[in-house]
Amino acid sequence: MSKASEIETRLRALAASRILVIDGAMGTMIQRHKLTEADFRGTRFKDWPRDVKGNNDLLSITRPDVIRSIHMEYLDAGADIVETNTFSSTTIAQADYGMEALAYELNLEGARLARSACDEVTARDPARPRFVAGAIGPTNRTASISPDVNNPGFRAISFDELRIAYGEAVRGLIDGGADIILIETVFDTLNAKAALFATEEVFEEKGVRLPVSVSGTITDLSGRTLSGQTAEAFWYSVRHGDLLSIGLNCALGAREMRAHIADLARVSDTLVMAYPNAGLPNEFGEYDESPEAMAKLVGEFARSGLVNIVGGCCGTTPDHIRAIAEAVQPIAPRVPGRIEPLMRLSGLEPAVIGA
Amino acid sequence: MTSTSSGFANFVMVGERTNVTGSARFRKLIKEGNYAAALDVARDQVEGGAVVIDVNMDEGLLDSEAAMVTFLNLLAAEPDIARVPVMVDSSKWTVIEAGLKCLQGKGIVNSISLKEGKDAFVHHAKLVRRYGAAVVVMAFDDKGQADTYARKIEICERSYRILVDEVGFLPEDIIFDPNIFAVATGIEEHNNYGVDFIEATRWIRQNLKGAHVSGGVSNLSFSFRGNEPVREAMHTVFLFHAIQAGMDFGIVNAGQLGVYDDLDAELRDLCEDVVLNRRSDATERLVDAAPRFKGDGAKERVVDLSWRQLPVEKRLEHALVHGITEFIETDTEEARLSVVRPLHVIEGPLMAGMNVVGDLFGAGKMFLPQVVKSARVMKQAVAWLMPFMEKEKEELGLTEDSSAGTVLMATVKGDVHDIGKNIVGVVLACNNFKVIDLGVMVPAQKILDTAREVKANIIGLSGLITPSLDEMCLVAGEMERQGFDIPLLIGGATTSRVHTAVKIHPNYKAGQAVYVTDASRAVGVASSLLSDNRKAYVDDIRRDYVRIAEAHARGREDKRRLTLTDARANSFRIDWSNYVPPKPSFLGTKVFEAYDLAELVPYIDWTPFFSTWEMKGAYPAILEDEVYGAAARPLFEDAQAMLKQMVAEKWLTAKAVVGFWPANAIGDDIELYADDSRSERLAVLHGLRQQIARDTSSRANLCLSDFVAPAGSGVTDYVGGFAVTAGIGEAAVAERFARANDDYSKILSQALADRLAEAFAERLHERVRREFWAYATDEALTPQEMIAEGYRGIRPAPGYPAQPDHTEKGTLFRLLDATEKAGITLTESFAMWPAAAVSGLYFSHPDSHYFGVGKIERDQVEDYARRKQMDLKDMERWLAPILNYDPS
Repeated sequence: MSKASEIETRLRALAASRILVIDGAMGTMIQRHKLTEADFRGTRFKDWPRDVKGNNDLLSITRPDVIRSIHMEYLDAGADIVETNTFSSTTIAQADYGMEALAYELNLEGARLARSACDEVTARDPARPRFVAGAIGPTNRTASISPDVNNPGFRAISFDELRIAYGEAVRGLIDGGADIILIETVFDTLNAKAALFATEEVFEEKGVRLPVSVSGTITDLSGRTLSGQTAEAFWYSVRHGDLLSIGLNCALGAREMRAHIADLARVSDTLVMAYPNAGLPNEFGEYDESPEAMAKLVGEFARSGLVNIVGGCCGTTPDHIRAIAEAVQPIAPRVPGRIEPLMRLSGLEPAVIGA
Repeated sequence: MTSTSSGFANFVMVGERTNVTGSARFRKLIKEGNYAAALDVARDQVEGGAVVIDVNMDEGLLDSEAAMVTFLNLLAAEPDIARVPVMVDSSKWTVIEAGLKCLQGKGIVNSISLKEGKDAFVHHAKLVRRYGAAVVVMAFDDKGQADTYARKIEICERSYRILVDEVGFLPEDIIFDPNIFAVATGIEEHNNYGVDFIEATRWIRQNLKGAHVSGGVSNLSFSFRGNEPVREAMHTVFLFHAIQAGMDFGIVNAGQLGVYDDLDAELRDLCEDVVLNRRSDATERLVDAAPRFKGDGAKERVVDLSWRQLPVEKRLEHALVHGITEFIETDTEEARLSVVRPLHVIEGPLMAGMNVVGDLFGAGKMFLPQVVKSARVMKQAVAWLMPFMEKEKEELGLTEDSSAGTVLMATVKGDVHDIGKNIVGVVLACNNFKVIDLGVMVPAQKILDTAREVKANIIGLSGLITPSLDEMCLVAGEMERQGFDIPLLIGGATTSRVHTAVKIHPNYKAGQAVYVTDASRAVGVASSLLSDNRKAYVDDIRRDYVRIAEAHARGREDKRRLTLTDARANSFRIDWSNYVPPKPSFLGTKVFEAYDLAELVPYIDWTPFFSTWEMKGAYPAILEDEVYGAAARPLFEDAQAMLKQMVAEKWLTAKAVVGFWPANAIGDDIELYADDSRSERLAVLHGLRQQIARDTSSRANLCLSDFVAPAGSGVTDYVGGFAVTAGIGEAAVAERFARANDDYSKILSQALADRLAEAFAERLHERVRREFWAYATDEALTPQEMIAEGYRGIRPAPGYPAQPDHTEKGTLFRLLDATEKAGITLTESFAMWPAAAVSGLYFSHPDSHYFGVGKIERDQVEDYARRKQMDLKDMERWLAPILNYDPS
């Protein structure tokens, strides 16, 4: 098995001493700034032929002050890890805005902003180092589901197209100074496998190795990913990435996520990370769980020994992260167990051979 | 397939039926491009218990890469097949790699080897690891396939060291295939091949820690092609010894395998001599004896009616489990003649059969529609016995009751919905409860009087619309006041555990109110409540309800609301200055008598039909669902057949009335006028506004009136309304089935009438958009797109999220004269009768959309009551489910 990088060793040592905190939603915080189309364009894209408002990742280039201030708010709230503003910074996701050519730069600048915020805060208190997680979103295409119900064998994107797009993102994130590669909000595990494949390729090409984390999303109460896998099957499918952590984020609130996080905590031999939304969406599709309510639920994850890294996704704010950080601060982290060396395969469901 | 029969525990059989080299049928299907049938082959394997399915497309005339990708992509869309891992099987690396790019799960590559040297092996192994798969490694190197024990272990050890030490493979993800070759070929060097494999297996399992051993078994008996019994015996004997040595995977055709102990002793010894190379003349002896064991070839398929050969008790059980009524009277009669008293048939074989049904249902192996079919069989059996039992009673003067308890059920006053209640009744009756069903719209006093009269052990209340929640509280309060202490079950679409715990339970402390999630839970709850452990059970429920009530009280603090003034300041603003609302083609009402049912059929949304039967999943995917598919398909077929008959024989009459009126918004209300002069006010439609506090978005706080041009804007706007039913005649149809002891068809007919009413509303709305209001004359949506609400304009219904106040239906019905024109009446709770009915308003503005009002505050309720000139307490009662405060 490949050797753990120096950052991974440090992170694992830290995670053995306490529960680490990752930041909350970027989108929610950007909305608070009530930015206009002109803000998104800046001067560089003032004549861009398409509307770009809503392309949050572009703000890393056009309004770096806003993005950096959001990182600072989360770091001040107690986040050990901040995620780069790069959720949609792949050629595939940027195609909506005609900005495919910016993919590398978006990742580079996104990572640099988070790097500089983390470095500033770490310099203030070197005993409490902060880390940059280079965020890699799922893109808006699915590699194992057909978008056409009448043609189930059709695929709108191939493994290789995803692999190439992800590779470019990983290069930008590494060059910009990311500490961790975080493949997140995985709704189709085949997309995540392409991202893992690409990450390995870039590591090999650059001769570096960073810790890699994967976080899936269970999209409904049936307990399956969008592509139909159970949490356990999902873990077996990505386990070959020698992951720093496996976890879940987004989609469901903490209450509904608990059973699936418990499944991962039971079957995984690495760190477990949970960063749910602020509750389930209300009747307007918004997340309105209060920081206190959410911290209570996430605090219970910690007390039950289910988690090593916690934080928030959609609808969460620095207040949520502060409340969560306070809630988990006195609690000992989960100790990853050893799992019996059995062949652990998966389709949509796990298949453990010889169990 | 994992078989746990003796000696086979933990042995994984990898089926080879989706392998073009192993199955002639599969090869033919793939060559013809018949992928649908090819998928069925895979499905059969999974249903047969395959743990892993092997997919192989290596065929000279086939584009193997393309076939692999096409098949795996199609397979991914079949959840009942895709639940198991795939073994991507090819001798070509490009085909393997193409396959790996289609698998979201962790599969197995079959195979790689040192055949092309170490570099190629390492390259392939690294990629397999990077794609995240386990791997089969053939005992093969640049000198060829390993045949002897020494060569086998040498190559396997070398491969293992490279994989584990250099590539970083997990040892447990490696499967060695040390090559099974044909024995008894007549060539002396081949005689020890079986032993070589078995001994190599033993060595690998002992020395290469974690690794597995596999092999293709059918090679072994190659020289006995055409003599299946001998081949089967050789495979069985071989596996018996290889598995003992540690072989834990095998590519085996399960149909070609027997049980070691069941083999003919002579044949077994002959085979064992060959496989274990125990004597030099072993081959000759087996060859000589083989023709005697050849038999007559393929085994016969079991015919479907073989169950008719079973003893009568088992026949009754089979009929109950499979819902077959065809022979039930004959079988029941035969059973009756074999026992002393007719009652013994019920207490004996029939109850035993129903217990099997109950167990299967409890274990999630049967689903509601199947159970309801079982109940139909049971009822018909009991109906056959009834005259004999009556006669016996007369002769002996008997009175007896062997039931598990009497459950009295009713849909509460003001409510007309009873499909769910009927299903619960059937399920309870299946489990030996005596069920007395008072039907719909039953006043509290009638429920309680009947309960006393029949000595009910449990009362069950059902309701679908929100005002019924209040009526249930009232029934509970009356039970307390009148001295009842029997359990009260609560169920139905708007009921909930929280409402039961917070609102109903406190009214009835002498007994216990219990919320029942769905029909599948009803038996468990009812049995527990009547069991000896009922006290502990009730204590549990009470503790649970205290916790829920506390959580509910806490939860309220999390939700912030705006004042009504602030909410109105953030209303949804349409720019009316540049908009001319379309004018309907007529004003006033238009009536449809006896609408053609056939026209409505394509508009049916089937997904809610399945949820009526507690089968969750979207149509049509549910028909192929791994859990529900097997139950959903026959249900859907039955539904189609009945629907056809319903339409052809006009079982139901569909009626409707549609109206349009000039309208303008005044604040949160909408005024309707008699004509375009807008001088005479015809009615006021009152609206409720969202009061949710949003801090992360700029979205408006909506009210339906926002979608209509305000009075004083000078813009002439319009609003429409409708009431439709497909339920005229429904009660008579249901009654006819009930009399025939056919609850299954009764519930089916009710569910279909509901669907037709919804389809009617959908079709009429389409005609409104295209013809009557005619603002979307060129709209061309499929019924599926309509179900997904892809059209312009909306048709919100009073009592539903955009206007949760049911009393507004009164105004709508008066405007439409819906009772006279469409034959739909309103109950005191504003439920529509017949139940298969839909009503609502039409809005045409392109920006109008569906929303939910959500919880509202006291300031709005006071304002609303004032506008409606209703008493505040009354208003709070009607709006109870959406109050964000405790009115008491």
